[in-house]
Amino acid sequence: MKTSSKRCVGASVARVDAFEKLTGAARYVDDLTRPGLLHAVTLRSSVAHARLKGLIFDPAFPWHECVIVQAQDIPGKNGVPFLQDDQPFLAQDFIRHPQEPVALIAHPDRAAAYEALKHVSIDCEALPPVFDARDSKTCFKEIRLEKGDCARAFSESAFVVEGDYSLPHQEHAYIETQGALAYWEDDALCVTGSLQCPYYVLKALKAAIALPEHSLRVIQAATGGGFGGKEDYPNIIFGHAALLAYKAKRPVKLVYDRLEDMAATTKRHPAFIRLKTGLDREGRLLAQEAELLLDGGAYSTLSPVVLSRAVVHATGPYHCPNVRVRGRAAATNTPPNGAFRGFGAPQALFAVELHWEAIARKTGLDAVELRRKNALRPGSSTTTGQELKESVGALAVLDAALKKSRYARTRAQFTRHNGNPKSKTLKGVGLSLTHHGAGFTGGGELHLDSRAAVSLSADGTIRVLAGSTEIGQGSKTALTQICAQALGVPFHWICVENPDTSKVPDSGPTVASRTTMVVGGLVRQAALELKERLADFPGALASLKSLKAAARTLCIDGGPLRLEARYAPPEGFVWNETTYRGDAYAAYGFAATIVELEIDKATAETRVLKLTTAHEFGRAVNPLLAEGQIAGGALQGLGYALLEHAVFAKGSMLNGQLTNYMIPAATDAPPMEIVIVDSPTPHGPFGAKGLGELPMNGPAPAVAAAVHHATGRIFRALPIRPEDILPHLSNP
Amino acid sequence: MITFIVNKRRLKYKGPPFKRLLDVLREDFELTGTKEGCGEGECGACSVLMDGQLVNACLIPAGQAEGKTIETVESLAKHKTLAPVQKAFLDHGGSQCGMCTPGMLLSAVAYKRRKGKNSAAAIRKHLAGNLCRCTGYQPIIDSVRAWLKKS
Repeated sequence: MKTSSKRCVGASVARVDAFEKLTGAARYVDDLTRPGLLHAVTLRSSVAHARLKGLIFDPAFPWHECVIVQAQDIPGKNGVPFLQDDQPFLAQDFIRHPQEPVALIAHPDRAAAYEALKHVSIDCEALPPVFDARDSKTCFKEIRLEKGDCARAFSESAFVVEGDYSLPHQEHAYIETQGALAYWEDDALCVTGSLQCPYYVLKALKAAIALPEHSLRVIQAATGGGFGGKEDYPNIIFGHAALLAYKAKRPVKLVYDRLEDMAATTKRHPAFIRLKTGLDREGRLLAQEAELLLDGGAYSTLSPVVLSRAVVHATGPYHCPNVRVRGRAAATNTPPNGAFRGFGAPQALFAVELHWEAIARKTGLDAVELRRKNALRPGSSTTTGQELKESVGALAVLDAALKKSRYARTRAQFTRHNGNPKSKTLKGVGLSLTHHGAGFTGGGELHLDSRAAVSLSADGTIRVLAGSTEIGQGSKTALTQICAQALGVPFHWICVENPDTSKVPDSGPTVASRTTMVVGGLVRQAALELKERLADFPGALASLKSLKAAARTLCIDGGPLRLEARYAPPEGFVWNETTYRGDAYAAYGFAATIVELEIDKATAETRVLKLTTAHEFGRAVNPLLAEGQIAGGALQGLGYALLEHAVFAKGSMLNGQLTNYMIPAATDAPPMEIVIVDSPTPHGPFGAKGLGELPMNGPAPAVAAAVHHATGRIFRALPIRPEDILPHLSNP
Repeated sequence: MITFIVNKRRLKYKGPPFKRLLDVLREDFELTGTKEGCGEGECGACSVLMDGQLVNACLIPAGQAEGKTIETVESLAKHKTLAPVQKAFLDHGGSQCGMCTPGMLLSAVAYKRRKGKNSAAAIRKHLAGNLCRCTGYQPIIDSVRAWLKKS
């Protein structure tokens, strides 16, 4: 076998998981079954806040056919172990949101299980609910960040500009709804299904079922999209399936239909953001003040860390000597809000980026030049006082996007178009400059203590072992490429083990744009260790035949040789969790996004004509897959800006269907021009930084800026719908 | 009893006539390549071809399929060899999480059979009934265009 295809990182190789997905052979959780399977359903509270007194079962219903689990049946602890363990698996004593699970019912026949739900009622005593985070008296987390002297800087500013911004819920709308299948195998309780973080789920099961770790196994099934929505909620749904299977001693499948998934699972945090910015006469930033309030929903879940990322990103990719940020996450009686691609950054960056429009208006300075003047560059100090030494692509992406889209020409052309009273539309072009920190914020990565391994079996198979999940983003392919490149062997020599907690080490959750950069770094390190072990076998990495020969010698006792790498923070990095000062992320990615749109003067319908975006994320491991991430994230950002509107009343989402919660269809998506700017970082494998979330941050503020250009009005709340714009269009 | 042809095989179905074709395919005949995304005809994940027409299998009662010819994603590849449309999706990144992929592929097949134009705008319009949350559609449009160009 030849090793001509050694150059692997940087090549657009086809995804390793594509064959099964293209042929329909990939098995998602709802495609799986087991002999003796029970179908499970969830009884939910329907009231937002109440004292729970008990359940009333209709005596005429054949309950002996069902398996029922209530809070008192939980053998372990009734609290999902997370940052806090305030969220119960099943409501006990109190109900805190209208979708709270109260009991679980399983039956051999799915329709009968649903029928059973109609024969139980909840006896409870209503308590006053809180639906608006601004009225909440319960704060999950407060963060304050201070740099320099804001008060003095404001008094010395030539211009001070203030603004209020508000962001809505956003639903993930992964095409595969959440689900889990629990069963017994070899005296272990196994749970498989759709998820991002198998080791989070394992921890949840240990708490709920109170079995030792070796009697529990979490296995990822093919997963149809996550976007953060399958970060923490699987703790609940896998926990529920496991509780039923534990009690029933039979396999149990629990899969939500779309309505239940949308109503009960997490959303992007709604946010209220107030900004105050001071600048000198030339437009240099002197002071930035931000006040953020996130609606956390009923339990803390991920709100403290979403808040933490929002706070660090609240001043944008700019250098400013004086900063004051205060962030709070408050409780309301709605289902908990959670992780969604961007994790607080899209909310914060919408406000900062749109704020430039207000600043440009007040100062008479150009919004693009203002950004250029203040953008982070090598040597800049960030909001947290982190000095950026290298790989700071803010100005490079700005220039690349401006050039690719011919921004100045388009802007002048659209302005002329809008000045013509005969035009049937108004046209606008808008820009945003955004960044995203890769990996967990602050000391998070150190706390995770991630491990990944590369193994060599006696038959010559090289395997990547990590708990990181393929959820559509292409991580399985990227890790394969990184391993192949480190070893200097062809791509197809490598296989990636399916995440199964009995087989792979805990490489941390598949979140926070960390898989390629952090886990990829560990895979590279482990692969290099394997390469060193093979150094005594000349030619072992040159042909499969010699590799097999070497493997037979190295794999004593027939077991595989396994090299494991453990995370260590970049040298010299420090973080202070109390003052929020220090090195917040090992690396930041940067993106400049330009949106061109037109608004029908009669109907106020908005059509996005084109999106141009330049991204710098170190180096693209696989440009084709990277472009797929960018285009997909960008369209989610456009949906957030213009279409997606979760309607809530009394704490419940009213439009939990794809019919009335609109995500973009192919006809809503514009043609996209994508530019990848290289700027390798020393902190990621072969120069790569994280990419997954970055594409989500830029489109919404660029849309709002384009709407400002078209209509002359700044819309400071999302989504910007025709009914919001129409009253502000002057009729000829 | 209901008889129909699925992927060139004549099949007999004896269950309730109002069971959704989607469930009949998935549960009675283990053809799980056809996916459920929304259960109300909005997302197109369950798209199959029925007598050559693109339909949402979640909206078709089994009885309506009597005597019809059904094609699902499982009919495309031959003996581990991807069909050209699948190969185009592989080469151009048209599939990410894979849940919309079977429906997208059949939608593309329907488009080609009715001799749809190889223009991005026309393809977008045709695919508007198949939702994808991963790709931003751009790689899917690229895949379909490359396939149409090649064939």
